[in-house]
Amino acid sequence: MTPDFLLQLSYLVGSVTFIIGLKQLSSPDSARKGNLVAAFGMVLAIIGTVLFHTKDNQPIGNIPWIIAAMGIGTVIGWLMAMRVKMTAMPQMVSFFNGMGGACAAIISIIEFHSHPHGSSGYLLTVFLGLIIGSVSFSGSVIAYGKLDEKIKDLSAKYLTYINLGLLIATLAVLVIAVASPETFGHNAVWILLVLSSLYGVLFVMPIGGADMPVVISLLNSFTGMAAAFGGFLYDNPVMLTGGILVGSAGTILTILMCNAMNRSLLNVIIGSFGGGGTSSSGAKGEQVVKEISLTDTAILCAYAGKVTIVPGYGLAVAQAQHICHELEKKLEDKGVEVNYAIHPVAGRMPGHMNVLLAEADVPYPKLVEMEDINPQMNSTDVVIIVGANDVVNPAAENDPGSPIYGMPVLKVWEAKNVIVLKRSMRAGYAGIENELFFHPKTKMLFGDAKDMLGKLVGELKEL
Amino acid sequence: MSTFFIDNQDLIYIVVLSVLLGIEVISNVPAILHTPLMSGANAIHGVVIIGAIIVMGHAAPDDYLALILGFLAVLLGTLNVVGGFVVTNRMLEMFKKKK
Repeated sequence: MTPDFLLQLSYLVGSVTFIIGLKQLSSPDSARKGNLVAAFGMVLAIIGTVLFHTKDNQPIGNIPWIIAAMGIGTVIGWLMAMRVKMTAMPQMVSFFNGMGGACAAIISIIEFHSHPHGSSGYLLTVFLGLIIGSVSFSGSVIAYGKLDEKIKDLSAKYLTYINLGLLIATLAVLVIAVASPETFGHNAVWILLVLSSLYGVLFVMPIGGADMPVVISLLNSFTGMAAAFGGFLYDNPVMLTGGILVGSAGTILTILMCNAMNRSLLNVIIGSFGGGGTSSSGAKGEQVVKEISLTDTAILCAYAGKVTIVPGYGLAVAQAQHICHELEKKLEDKGVEVNYAIHPVAGRMPGHMNVLLAEADVPYPKLVEMEDINPQMNSTDVVIIVGANDVVNPAAENDPGSPIYGMPVLKVWEAKNVIVLKRSMRAGYAGIENELFFHPKTKMLFGDAKDMLGKLVGELKEL
Repeated sequence: MSTFFIDNQDLIYIVVLSVLLGIEVISNVPAILHTPLMSGANAIHGVVIIGAIIVMGHAAPDDYLALILGFLAVLLGTLNVVGGFVVTNRMLEMFKKKK
């Protein structure tokens, strides 16, 4: 039972729990358990390190400071994670991801400070951890800002070239600093820090807010890789396994998300807004929307055979998921068949709508995926679109100049009636006009989602 | 080249196997779990905190740069771990089947 044995044992258990936990996270029944399993393994590995890790036969010192840092981090992290609204979840994932990246970068800085004349293998590992960690940190901060709508998109043709230049410069400095360390000396680490942080910022800046989930998934895998480099540095199996697992799983997840939007990863990163500069087909001219009143909406729905609700980000913002469930129940009481059409990227993240509606106790079978519900559209009497926009935009199918062209959408215009519940005529996340609003079958119901749905339920009670 | 491979053979095996494992684990994930899975993976890469503990734990008591930066690194790493797992748990609570 030597310290080293116990340490390696804790690392082995940790690594195994990461693998099992991640596997369990990919299935709805075992997902909650998976999270707990991985958390348990993490705690074990951390405790093992503090108690049993040795270097040159010295155990871990400065323990009060370590515990203090962990204590403060736990309290802050716990409070932040518990207090945040469900609608701000994506931002939180980005934020915590950035924290991991920063941690990796700082580790590299400290290491270089202690061993500026290490071997090339050592320097390479340290610098790569620094670069990847910094890119992940700065990128995550920008992604957070974009999702919080504090940062606007910055698109410019030349930005792609600046980014490329920055990347080349960073790699050049890296190669030089490793091959001939005297060139930059102690400054190598600061130069790389600045270059990669800048790259991270400019990398994420031009990418549209709607594509942020893909970016966050990518940055997630970057932080995993940074952790893996830390694992190389310290010959640490649990950091290696955890880091690489997340690095590869995160990359696959990113590609999966891109497929759901029918766009390539390259297109997301460089294209920022699709189509290579061709403008969307012509101005719409003076187009008028048709409005509908609450009473008429209630009547239309009450006497329908089948109503499909399309939830979008607006539903989440208005926190109208509960009243939406009320509406669904009221309609079902009147003999109307109600279901929900879930687009894979509705909301701010895949699964966002499912989580939201599950919170409101909407029965699972009522949430129908896009591929299954599109064929049913022509037998649907009324489609109510609550706070969704780009996912029901016909331009994705018929306008090659549109930024969202090619993205699979919900073909709501095939239903008999379309009602769009929106606060105003403002554009959606992709920033483009939605020709659905001017479609002959469409009527607009203007107002706040929670407010209007509540009034709709009231109207239905009268009928 | 060949000495590098032979010397680091075990490490290389771990890397290759982990990559394949990561790919395998993510296959067949329903779209609704993409976000909680991303959040869970986010928490797992918080394992980088162990590097921070190591670097700070073996710093000389008078190496103030290492101590201060190390403190920060451990703090940030903890944020990643705790925040990551709690957020993932919150997302998954919504999946509790209410029978």
